[in-house]
Amino acid sequence: MTYIDYYKVLGIDKKANDKDIKKAYRKMARKYHPDLNPDDKEAEKKFKEINEANEVLSNPENRKKYDKYGKDWKHAEEFEKAQQQQQYQSSSRRGGSAQYSEQDFSDFFSSMFGGRSAESRGRNVQFRGQDYNAELQLELKDVYRTHKRTLTVNGKNIRLTIPAGVKNGQVIKIKGHGGEGINGGPRGDLHIKFSISNHSKFKRDKDNLYATIDLDLYKALLGGEVVIDTFDGKVKLNVKPETKNLTKVKLKGKGFPVYKKEGHFGDLYITYQIKIPTNLSDKEKELIKELAKLR
Amino acid sequence: MKRKDFIPIVQLCEHYSVEISFFDELHEEGLISITTLEQTSYLHQDKISDVEKMIRIHQELNINTEGIDAVFNLLNKIDSLQNELNTLHNRLRLYENDF
Repeated sequence: MTYIDYYKVLGIDKKANDKDIKKAYRKMARKYHPDLNPDDKEAEKKFKEINEANEVLSNPENRKKYDKYGKDWKHAEEFEKAQQQQQYQSSSRRGGSAQYSEQDFSDFFSSMFGGRSAESRGRNVQFRGQDYNAELQLELKDVYRTHKRTLTVNGKNIRLTIPAGVKNGQVIKIKGHGGEGINGGPRGDLHIKFSISNHSKFKRDKDNLYATIDLDLYKALLGGEVVIDTFDGKVKLNVKPETKNLTKVKLKGKGFPVYKKEGHFGDLYITYQIKIPTNLSDKEKELIKELAKLR
Repeated sequence: MKRKDFIPIVQLCEHYSVEISFFDELHEEGLISITTLEQTSYLHQDKISDVEKMIRIHQELNINTEGIDAVFNLLNKIDSLQNELNTLHNRLRLYENDF
């Protein structure tokens, strides 16, 4: 547990009045509020610190305690403990409210104030639950078709439909599957980020697929057929005679499915890479020489 | 148009502890679209998450509706830049392991 200078967190002087504190809190909150900084963990952390500082400094009783014992909070804890024991012995003590999640408060805050301030307990404010973030790793071929998966998030199984054509880095939001709301507030959302790795021979750019295939020299010269494997099965290609090296052909609608547009597909681009035969036999050399003479 | 997809504004005001005038202002700013059926104002349920965000920004950050409009415009811009960045990042992957 390290000492936290709440004045420093809010960027104010120790002599700041309530108005200054409120103003500083509002200014900082506008900068780091999670709604204004989506998917920014640092901003979220900072916002929690700001809230914690505001919880303490905007409450005169807490501020007094913090100002008095702040730097020597360990002694404050001992002092408070001794005081609590005295109170417990002399009179029946009221039970503390434990209905709030204290996860968002630092150890330092909890050790001094035991979670949220008494004032905020009384206010009975509802808070929306925390948003959860999860990453789902898939292979490119997995997202060629719409399919269902069961994910375990915080010990809970969630059956999820993964639409075909989802992109690497894309985030989908599942409403109401985040953390529980505080004091009856709504649940947060679950954000799933897709991390799609590709170990196939195809490269993907948006909905189009690209591949380079080897083409036999004689087929390139005389024309013929080649068969390639795609995510959707085998495709037969007609190679035109006298096809040049690095010729690109487009197979319309043979690319990747378009996200949430059933029946729509991108295109597949095939680049022919002509393979020159090696280890020629004497007869082959002789025939090629004959051929060269004809040009 | 199915009525069950719409939520009465008064019900939302009660639930989120906001004045009805706040919804009128959001409507005037073009941030939400209010549908009136038999003299009752409704909001489509698909807009609830956006409205919740607007209410949080208003209540927790003390930002007025004009400010919310600016915030939403900037958030949309961030979102489209993020998508563009993601597309470019994916395109870059095409050249990372050249084939």
